[in-house]
Amino acid sequence: MATTQTMPPSTMFEKIWRRHVVVDRDDGYTLLYIDRHLMHDGSEGGFAQLRKRKLKLRRPDRGFATPDHYVLSDSRRTADIPDPQHRRLVERITENAAQSGVTLFDLGDERQGIAHVVGPEQGITQPGLTLVCGDSHTSTHGAMGALAFGIGTSEVAHVMATQCLWQRKPKAMRVSVDGKLGEGITAKDVILAIIAKIGAAGAVGHVIEYAGSAIRGMSIEGRLTVCNMSIEAGGKAGMVAPDDTTIAYLDGRPFAPEGAEWDKAVAFWRTVPSDQGAVFDRDVSLDAAAIVPMVTWGTSPEDALPITGRIPEPSTASDAAKKDSMERALDYMGLVPGTPLEQVAVDRVFIGSCTNSRIEDLRAAAKVAKGRKAVIPSWVVAGSGLVKKQAEAEGLDKIFLAAGFEWREPGCSMCVGMNGDTGKAGQRIASTSNRNFVGRQGPGVRTHLVSPAMAVAAAVSGHFTDVRRLLG
Amino acid sequence: MESFTTLEAPAVPIDQPNLDTDQIIPARFLGRPRESQAGHLFNDLRYDAQGKERPDFIMNKKGYEGAQIVVAERNFACGSSRETAVTVMVDNGLKAFVAPSFGDIFFNNCFQNGALPIRLAAARVAEIRAQLHAKPGAMVRIDLPSQTMVGPDGKTDRFEIDSFRKDCLLKGVDEVNLTLGYEKEIAAFEGRQHQEMSWLDR
Repeated sequence: MATTQTMPPSTMFEKIWRRHVVVDRDDGYTLLYIDRHLMHDGSEGGFAQLRKRKLKLRRPDRGFATPDHYVLSDSRRTADIPDPQHRRLVERITENAAQSGVTLFDLGDERQGIAHVVGPEQGITQPGLTLVCGDSHTSTHGAMGALAFGIGTSEVAHVMATQCLWQRKPKAMRVSVDGKLGEGITAKDVILAIIAKIGAAGAVGHVIEYAGSAIRGMSIEGRLTVCNMSIEAGGKAGMVAPDDTTIAYLDGRPFAPEGAEWDKAVAFWRTVPSDQGAVFDRDVSLDAAAIVPMVTWGTSPEDALPITGRIPEPSTASDAAKKDSMERALDYMGLVPGTPLEQVAVDRVFIGSCTNSRIEDLRAAAKVAKGRKAVIPSWVVAGSGLVKKQAEAEGLDKIFLAAGFEWREPGCSMCVGMNGDTGKAGQRIASTSNRNFVGRQGPGVRTHLVSPAMAVAAAVSGHFTDVRRLLG
Repeated sequence: MESFTTLEAPAVPIDQPNLDTDQIIPARFLGRPRESQAGHLFNDLRYDAQGKERPDFIMNKKGYEGAQIVVAERNFACGSSRETAVTVMVDNGLKAFVAPSFGDIFFNNCFQNGALPIRLAAARVAEIRAQLHAKPGAMVRIDLPSQTMVGPDGKTDRFEIDSFRKDCLLKGVDEVNLTLGYEKEIAAFEGRQHQEMSWLDR
């Protein structure tokens, strides 16, 4: 790098990328260094490939593991997992961590939880770093100002063996949300509004930087929710510039630096945000004040509408293919076009997942649940043992239990449909998770994505309800 | 890894946009041995709750049995990072995917399994899908060295592919072995990073 020349203004993504280049090949491919590797009970495939190759983890000190996908939400005992193959995967993460030397937050440890909740909570996720995990919602960690993305099993094994990945540099996109969010409008409503605007393929090939006053005004929990669903807009990653909020959040976390190292790290973190005048390949903006509570009606996260809306009419679709896909979605979801969203009855509620299971989410949910009663089966699944403990210290568990909610043990639970926590065919679930795909919460189950506050509003009403009416 | 050079085979059209990897293989079939997964490709699209074939699903229709190429819609295989979405296709003989755009992780996972994802203009992909609907079992020819694809109508399209990925597919390069060859560069990087960001190595 020539030091005599001034560098053109760079985006945050560009700076982090440049800092992690190990090899730049003439063919446009880059060997990128990976600072942090998160593993979970689905990472056995990567360890298996490594064993087959008779290779060791290059940097076990850069690896962190916690079981989340296959764990039960009503027991902390691995032995209770009824499916022997799933049980084996949870056992394997314990064995793999012991053999390889990666740090493990195992079942029974209060630090266990969903990998994307645990990483930031422990201070493992930091600004300016590259982070990967064999899970698509790794984009979550970008909220700390890191470049974080999901990878498949073979690439998991590749990172284990080499601490690097071959990558072509994606493009950069900025999504600005300016203005003040209304009362009862949360980060979840913001990201659903963004995806509704740009589409499920809107950010394919791009890393998104979320900017603007509404994003800057969010807590870390809110930013994590926004970045979490970047993948649902097709984005390779999502990021928010680190600022005072980020630095205050990291201060004192177990894996954050201390003393002189802290000062050195903070000085570096201050250099991470995009430079003034940095050029993005694409720019999109939204008015925060125009965002209202959102509910998805279909089978793609882009099928999101304001709660004040009605189930759409396929006849209004722009083309035949779109009409066909809307009809298919409405058929699966069992919805009649033209029905006001507030009149759609809900059978079950799930509050949890790497999108919405942090303390702020539980506080927002408890605020609505307080003094009310759920009229349908409703679950709250905290994102980690520490979130659960904090919520209990604040008495949130008592509020949920008094309102008839179940207060369960940390893990992916009903988001992922692979640990026994599923709905029944035909059931309609108001869910704070990230995917309303066909069958995501069990074959035939109808998922509607909402914020934690909106999920509680549905729980206490039995149908979708504009939570703003229940507040204040 | 198996190499990929040319493929001339029947293709199957899949019209649904944003078809996610949960549809390619539902989560409940993950965490199982690979050999037991092959029968569950597109499980819930292909079979009803009783395990009976859904006659309206394209791969249950006559003429598409020997397909080795999928011609799909935008944002094909988006969603979950499950690499099983690629391996279950490959284990069913499906080795090439043509779409206007792909889920990014699926796209990368293809190259780890000797499969070729091809991006073409949406209008052309729609045209090819229409031809495949009109003539089930129609052939598509893919030639990776020349980066060309010949549709059922005999029309040739050129597709773009990174030369790194192309090279790895043609030679069946094992990426881990390739990277281990850069040991010197990786070690040098780690030395530099230790100086600049020492707090990561405590």
